[in-house]
Amino acid sequence: MSEKTYREIVSDGLWNNNQALVALLGLCPLLAVTSSAVNGLGLGLATTLVLTLSNTTVSLIRNLVRPEIRLPVFVLVIASFVTAVELSMNAWFHGLYKVLGIFIPLIVTNCAIIGRAEAFAAHNPVPRALADGLSIGIGFTLVLVTLGGMRELVGQGTLFSDMHLMFGEGARGLELSVGDDYPGVLLAILPPGAFLGLGLLIALKNVIDDRLKRRQQPHRVSADTPEAEAA
Amino acid sequence: MNKPAIVIAALVLTAFGIAGTTLVAFTHHQTGDRIAENERQALLRQLDALVPVESVDNDMIADRVTVSDPEMLGAPETTVYIGRRTGEPVAAVFTTVAPNGYSGPVKLLVAVRRDGTLGGVRVVSHRETPGLGDKIELEKSEWILGFDGRSLGDPPAARWTVRKDGGDFDQFTGATITPRIVVTAVKKTLLYFRDHQQTLFATPKQTAATAGVSG
Repeated sequence: MSEKTYREIVSDGLWNNNQALVALLGLCPLLAVTSSAVNGLGLGLATTLVLTLSNTTVSLIRNLVRPEIRLPVFVLVIASFVTAVELSMNAWFHGLYKVLGIFIPLIVTNCAIIGRAEAFAAHNPVPRALADGLSIGIGFTLVLVTLGGMRELVGQGTLFSDMHLMFGEGARGLELSVGDDYPGVLLAILPPGAFLGLGLLIALKNVIDDRLKRRQQPHRVSADTPEAEAA
Repeated sequence: MNKPAIVIAALVLTAFGIAGTTLVAFTHHQTGDRIAENERQALLRQLDALVPVESVDNDMIADRVTVSDPEMLGAPETTVYIGRRTGEPVAAVFTTVAPNGYSGPVKLLVAVRRDGTLGGVRVVSHRETPGLGDKIELEKSEWILGFDGRSLGDPPAARWTVRKDGGDFDQFTGATITPRIVVTAVKKTLLYFRDHQQTLFATPKQTAATAGVSG
């Protein structure tokens, strides 16, 4: 296995192997929480923190833990960090904690986290595992915020409402509104809206990838079969 | 796998178990006071909106009684916070639950003044449909303020329901169940208060002697 460069680690985490749009991992919190941008941001940051901590720890102990018990140890590490993050959030971001409620413990079940521990951190030195955790987490957060923003905008006609839950009273002014008489589209706020929104985002990513690929190879003709390109 | 390997694996696993538990215990210890204070402050803010701080001089959070009447108050145990001024009862705040919401129970705070009028009602938590049933929250609409100052005689008992059922309280477009169960829960709380006012106000914890005389 050839070593990934940092550039590759970052671009994989943010785009090429985005856990939400490509791997489709962590859908449970992703779909449930993203009814507004601030909810997405809160869960995204909490996930990123846990992912970075767990990746770093798993990488640190990778030579210490025998293969037979590595999974229980990873689960233990992740569960401990999630509980610690949950308690800290309850203490310092109480309002947001009330909104995200039961979804913080659900970070434990986010397969993206144990997936990265198993697939990457367990075979890589600490700095690279840390970089991977950060990029994967930020990539996940970006999707959460975008999806939350879309659903909030379409569903209730606002953007960045309730930001004061995270950033204090000063952030109340961040809220954008399309107007008081906006009727709201309930579908976007309800669970189906999350699936539709995620589908649209995946489609958008595929379109962009397609364009990029075509731009890189402008003179290619039909000699290359699609199968060969896919491989 | 031979025996020593199993032993080593078990020891490593135990070590991680201890380390993980230590981390959680440490965080819990560091944040415990702050979390308790947060919850106390949140409760105080809600109580203050219903029974203004100026109108009472006791610690309402400490001066509470626990009653049990699932039929009227919706939960196996209901905490009632009592507000007093110079020992005299001013108001009781019920943690009423409307158990039959559209998607699960709706937790309320219902403040009843000594004369039987409502100091106000607030929703503590609910899982009603966003955009429809969630208009019971003060952040979303002012509907819940419609209870302020009402009592069992105002409106008369028959009209203590939503308009759709021939009552005086508005429902929302597309959501009748949620306002209906909130109105019913508030009405039942008022009925409970009418029947149990004496026992509720009779037992101040700190000054049992004086209240025995005045209550």
